[in-house]
Amino acid sequence: MIAEAGHYALVLALGLAVIQATVPIIGARLRDLALMNVARSTAAAQMVFAVISFGALVALHVTSDFSVANVYENSHSLKPLIYKITGVWGNHEGSMLLWVLILAVFGGLVATFGGNLPTSLRAHVLAAQAWIAASFYLFILTTSNPFIRIANPPIEGRDLNPVLQDIGLAVHPPLLYLGYVGFSISFSFAIAALVEGRIDAAWARWVRPWTLMAWIFLTLGIAMGSYWAYYELGWGGWWFWDPVENASLMPWLAGTALLHSALVMEKRDALKVWTLLLAILTFSLSLLGTFLVRSGVLTSVHAFATDPRRGVFILLILCFFIGGSLSLFAWRASALKQGGLFAPISREGALVLNNLLLTTACATVLVGTLYPLVLEVLTGDKISVGAPFFNITFAPLFLPLLFAVPFGPLLAWKRGDLLGAAQRLIAADAAGLVVAAVVLAFTRGGAVFAPLAIGLGVFVIAGSLTDLAERTALFRVPLPTAVRRARGMPRSAWGTIVAHAGLGLTLIGIVCETTWSSEHIGVMKPGDVAAISGYTATLNDIGQREGPNYRELFSRFTIMEGRDLVGIMTPSKRNFTTRGSSTTEAALLARGASQLYISLGEINNDGAIVVRIYHKPLVLLIWFGALVMAFGGLLSLSDRRLRVGAPKPARASRALQPAE
Amino acid sequence: MTRKQRRLTMIGGAIAVLALAAALVLNALRDSIVFFSTPTMAAEKHIPPGRRFRLGGMVRPGSVVRGDRLAVTFDVTDGNATLAVAYQGILPDLFREGQGVVTEGAIDQSGVFRADTVLAKHDETYMPKDVADALKRQGHWKDDYGAKVGGAKVGGEKAASAQGAER
Repeated sequence: MIAEAGHYALVLALGLAVIQATVPIIGARLRDLALMNVARSTAAAQMVFAVISFGALVALHVTSDFSVANVYENSHSLKPLIYKITGVWGNHEGSMLLWVLILAVFGGLVATFGGNLPTSLRAHVLAAQAWIAASFYLFILTTSNPFIRIANPPIEGRDLNPVLQDIGLAVHPPLLYLGYVGFSISFSFAIAALVEGRIDAAWARWVRPWTLMAWIFLTLGIAMGSYWAYYELGWGGWWFWDPVENASLMPWLAGTALLHSALVMEKRDALKVWTLLLAILTFSLSLLGTFLVRSGVLTSVHAFATDPRRGVFILLILCFFIGGSLSLFAWRASALKQGGLFAPISREGALVLNNLLLTTACATVLVGTLYPLVLEVLTGDKISVGAPFFNITFAPLFLPLLFAVPFGPLLAWKRGDLLGAAQRLIAADAAGLVVAAVVLAFTRGGAVFAPLAIGLGVFVIAGSLTDLAERTALFRVPLPTAVRRARGMPRSAWGTIVAHAGLGLTLIGIVCETTWSSEHIGVMKPGDVAAISGYTATLNDIGQREGPNYRELFSRFTIMEGRDLVGIMTPSKRNFTTRGSSTTEAALLARGASQLYISLGEINNDGAIVVRIYHKPLVLLIWFGALVMAFGGLLSLSDRRLRVGAPKPARASRALQPAE
Repeated sequence: MTRKQRRLTMIGGAIAVLALAAALVLNALRDSIVFFSTPTMAAEKHIPPGRRFRLGGMVRPGSVVRGDRLAVTFDVTDGNATLAVAYQGILPDLFREGQGVVTEGAIDQSGVFRADTVLAKHDETYMPKDVADALKRQGHWKDDYGAKVGGAKVGGEKAASAQGAER
């Protein structure tokens, strides 16, 4: 009954989406307000039915209704409740349902909070949104229906892949999808602008918060996924340049570029056409990511060829939206008015450089991800494009970008003074060089390049502090005045400073982890001691215990630094009986931003166990930096200027501030 | 500067960055990609010792021998040819006799494949893509391998690999 209700709600949502995709456009042509406003009510209703449908699937998983194929294949009655819920999106059908749920909710939000949008713009945006929604509803209903029943219901389910029974999975895909799908809003706005042939600063002001929100979620989603891979896969790697990861990195790079170009458009009314193109490209890359992950083309060309319905369907969606939007762009973009002028050395110029490097870096990732697929289709040759490829293509493009980051905010709009900016950055430069020299002097081993890269990270952080000092005139005015100025600074300026500093932190974390990690692999018996990076790890005991749906081989290590007890670590290995597979539960011990990491290998016949111990210096900065970036985005999002419906700050109040 | 000059500066800069990127990509595609081979292909192509490639196939049942200090040797077979592999380090959770495996390394002077990386997917129904395709082409494909592949793959699922200690 619940399954049928969920199925039916999904069909109704499809129907509503089709109405929403057509009627408002006709209304806009006829200039009929009532028809255009159909978009608002259908978007709200569509959201309700998508929620009902998703709720039904959650209910089926929670009650372990094994008469539904999706539940049978991915759940187990003994599974803890939390994983019964997260298991809903731990499989293809459920995750696609989550995808459309988020799409429908975003559409509903635009409809609800879009009261002050021009009616025809709102109608076009919601219609574009509905085209996407309708095609994905159709995809789910025809190829990936999660509500299909089994004729003879089995008693027990096949359980969720144990690697996915983890809190990381609960958080990672929803965050990622909120990011992917969030970019659909800027896409729909771009389409609406092209259809209307009109675009202005108000448009950018509308698009920026949505883009920013999607970007925050995507940043958190990527960071979460990376941390999940780090502790769950058991060998301490946090980024694999795996196509699945690249699929999420590409929209992030393009979305970061979009964020910055929308800024130029909002403030200076320039780069309009480019911003539109980026909005289209960002969502296209999100769709590409969905295609790569969902069609199975990465896992096996064979699977793609034998059951092509899903892959071909998503490929069609991909071609329709990317091809259609780019054709619309080619046809209509020339109708848009050109924006303001600016000199190459200016804030705008710096943001153009940012866009250029980000999109180029994104393009190299795209080439590295798709090249093996294309080559295999064309020649049959199989190759793997791994970390070495990306290290020598991505890094040379990203490092100049990082070097340019502190300069951007210090350049004036329209016409900037590069020399002046460089002079103001002398302190930051010095900080970076001093740190690089200190690191070079006090570390052994690793590339010469590494201390310089750390210096670069320090330069980025110090550069954003310089920006703060410049804005508040710190050291030039009395401290209380500077503090008052800092308080009065717009939140978006704080956002820039914080997010850029986060970037520097992540860079430092990445360099430290890749250069100075140490590793100890050995066979240990209870009582054995292993030494690593000034710590000693003593294996106290090994034992077996039962979990809810697994058997666990656990161990206990005492970690000492010199004579001081630092902590106890308990890595384990779980064996899931239903699927006969095992997972490695690594133990982590944080020392400041550094971490000790222990994971277990197989146990020998004589009771000795293979142990892998890592010391990873400053590794936590990688994710902490991402959190800081996301927090910067959040600060910027909370800026009242961006808040929808907030009145513009009165100009008069600005005149009262002390002259600079 | 006139509008035209400014635009030319921008376009010039863009072309410079794109050219740099293209050069980097082409250079990287020449040097840093690794080809995939099965034991049969490796024998036919006479891959010289020292050239890195990925070797994929099945771990021949009964061939796994564990030595001291985590050293392990096993045979990788595709039904026609077999290649001995030596590896030192922790094997992935799902490394098993009779199952698909992909290793990366190079053949040494004595004809043994020295692997520094062993890849496996965290799913017992998984057959590495390259292996599945190769076995299928040689007629060794068993359909029960393919039944679940690609069907219920999950978003964040990644290849896990065990890297050798001498990395």
